Amino acid sequence: MSTAAVKVSTPTDCEILITRTFNAPRELVWKTLSNPELLKRWLFGPPGWTMTTCEEDQRPGGAFRWAWNGPDGAEMVMSGVYQEVVPPERVVRTERFEFGCAPQGSEQVSTMMLAEQNDKTLLTLSIIYPSKEARDGALQSGMDRGLEAGYERLEQILAEEQSK
Amino acid sequence: MQVANPEQLNATFIALADPTRRAILARLAAGDASVMELAEPFAMSQPAISKHLKVLERAGLVSRGRDAQRRPCRLDAKPLEEATKWLETYRQNWEASFQRLDDLLEEMKATSSKKSKRIPK
Repeated sequence: MSTAAVKVSTPTDCEILITRTFNAPRELVWKTLSNPELLKRWLFGPPGWTMTTCEEDQRPGGAFRWAWNGPDGAEMVMSGVYQEVVPPERVVRTERFEFGCAPQGSEQVSTMMLAEQNDKTLLTLSIIYPSKEARDGALQSGMDRGLEAGYERLEQILAEEQSK
Repeated sequence: MQVANPEQLNATFIALADPTRRAILARLAAGDASVMELAEPFAMSQPAISKHLKVLERAGLVSRGRDAQRRPCRLDAKPLEEATKWLETYRQNWEASFQRLDDLLEEMKATSSKKSKRIPK
């Protein structure tokens, strides 16, 4: 395996830190993270969801709006405003989640950085929430939607260990 | 919904980081076992297994029976469920997306090397 699995940690009460190495040059990774047609091809959200809308105006002050459709007609929207855009290494933006039409939760600030490591690229994504409750809520929302998948994976791990 | 205690989660993740401890949990998922029974398949001494069991007990993943002779070990899956439900599920959602991104990047790398007619390394 040329790439390591994604690491998720919570360095402070209000933060989620995500790191992942990709076996591709930085320019290419940047493209897949900023081109709407390319984003739609991989950023599906939780299992069973697909990205339906990806509107991007990637410049300071520019807005973005991403939407996903899930099982039983469920919809999830994330929108926000870009604060800093430095291709191909750094993006800072505000983000806000909506479910259906009603805005929900609070605004978070996400900083995405790409670092060159030989022919590979290290992605670092830091998401800062206004409170611990908001941060825990974000972690849990993934849980609610991915619960079934999580249990299936756990069963698989246990089955693998047992068959050794 | 109740949020799991982060310290409890840390203890759970530390306990799960070791392959021997995961194997012990998998064995206990099939039924209770004594330390001797657990030590058998691992080519490990009973004190070494007991050390692992202490970590698992502290994480609340294993409890010991009252039978003074045998003190059978029992799997307590609740902290495991909490950990699975929470951070791990969040992580897996990202990993699923990033694996699709890996595939997309490979595809794009192949296309761009064709276009530039470079001799592959």
